[in-house]
Amino acid sequence: MLKGHQTWVFDNKPVIIASAAAGGPFEAAGPLSNDFDILHKDIWLGQNSYEKAEKMFLEQACEKAIAKASMKKEDIQFFLSGDLMNQVISSSFAARTLGMPYLGLFGACSSAMESLALASLIVDNKFADYVLAAASSHNAAAEKQFRYPTEYGSQKPPTAQWTVTGAGAAVVANQGKGPSVMAATIGRIIDMGLSDPFNMGAAMAPAAVDTTEAHFRDMQLDPNHYDVIATGDLGRVGHRIAGDLLLEHGMKIPREIFTDCGLLIYSSEQPVMAGGSGCGCSATVTYGHLLHRMKKGEINKMLIIATGALLSPISYQQKESIPCIAHAVAIEML
Amino acid sequence: MSSKKKKKLTPTQQKYQVFAKEREPKRPVVKNSIRAFIAGGLICTFGQGLQWMYIRYFNFTEKTAGDPTVATLIIISVLLTGLGVYDHIAQWAGAGTAVPVTGFANTIASASIEHRSEGYVLGVGGNMFKLAGSVIAFGVFSAFVVALIKITIKSLGGV
Repeated sequence: MLKGHQTWVFDNKPVIIASAAAGGPFEAAGPLSNDFDILHKDIWLGQNSYEKAEKMFLEQACEKAIAKASMKKEDIQFFLSGDLMNQVISSSFAARTLGMPYLGLFGACSSAMESLALASLIVDNKFADYVLAAASSHNAAAEKQFRYPTEYGSQKPPTAQWTVTGAGAAVVANQGKGPSVMAATIGRIIDMGLSDPFNMGAAMAPAAVDTTEAHFRDMQLDPNHYDVIATGDLGRVGHRIAGDLLLEHGMKIPREIFTDCGLLIYSSEQPVMAGGSGCGCSATVTYGHLLHRMKKGEINKMLIIATGALLSPISYQQKESIPCIAHAVAIEML
Repeated sequence: MSSKKKKKLTPTQQKYQVFAKEREPKRPVVKNSIRAFIAGGLICTFGQGLQWMYIRYFNFTEKTAGDPTVATLIIISVLLTGLGVYDHIAQWAGAGTAVPVTGFANTIASASIEHRSEGYVLGVGGNMFKLAGSVIAFGVFSAFVVALIKITIKSLGGV
């Protein structure tokens, strides 16, 4: 049911019956290593390219999520997935292996919540009983496509972020045990004219603010309704800007409930500059860490606002600014 | 940002960019410059040592010792790139490792390694000069222009 301008309220409360997160060595060294289902010692996974390795991460996360739901691949009716690679190859190639009816999505780093929102919409409207939603990213593959060769010696500024190597997947069902997806707010593109790909946090923060405000306006809720409000991958710089911007607009989110997946995934000792980013960032932190905390009873209601910077290497070279988007999904343990 | 670019921004965008700038960590320019000075200086001192060694022990002259010196620095730089160390050093050293010949070697080696997965022809060969290409193109052109100026001055009876 549409509520307000841009929020879907899922009356049938689709359930995330299982979820899984896969990560690389850098994620394993971070504070959330125990929340990953699969951790790999190297970023190659025995493949001969980074792109193939990312596909493997995604496949493994999907297969693990299906196994945790005690289901078989054939039981899943639709597969929705997104990633950062040109022509969303990681998702499409993983879908080739999984052999399920598939819709490829691109919302840059917001893909994790874009796929979860759409999966919930399909299940809520009874167009399917089981839908698999996933997203992935790979540090080296993303660097190769968007920036410089991984071994190139360029000095990164303190505003730069570290793309997460990993994938997250969730099985959304019409009924079962687990946290429910209550609502989703679909964001609009916000472009504040920033064009520095080494400062994505500042570019994406206004999009996160816009969607957050839209969510609370449409739902007629107070920020205190949630136990955790987490942005996707704003990092240290963007998260601070988003918090201050919300405050300036008159919305006070208590500091202890307002966090960012890009800040949670790595420790301050890791050389990640402003924090984590990428589709895998919000996907692994949500489907691993945050859902675990929910199951442990530490969190009851949470709102995930996954942010995405919709630039391409060509648009950046042509001096275009970065259009940004954010999608929010409300998850609740009923 | 140039004033020309700023004109195209709406007042809301301009206001936000000021708002965001106040909250962004600045590039530590002084610290980066000092590190670049130290790292770049060390590389050049090492190069000077190499040159001295080639003159002293391998019978090169001051004029001819430049080639083996540069070749040695390139080999070391490419090896460090291949072993995955160079980018870590460069994050610390910044321009200190980028400006000397080591930086140039790194651009070619890193691009070659990166695109090995697309094969030797389209991958390695096609992408090897992805970063170095513009240095070569504009370097050669600048040399050509400088040479023209030199010839003109000489033909006019100058130095």
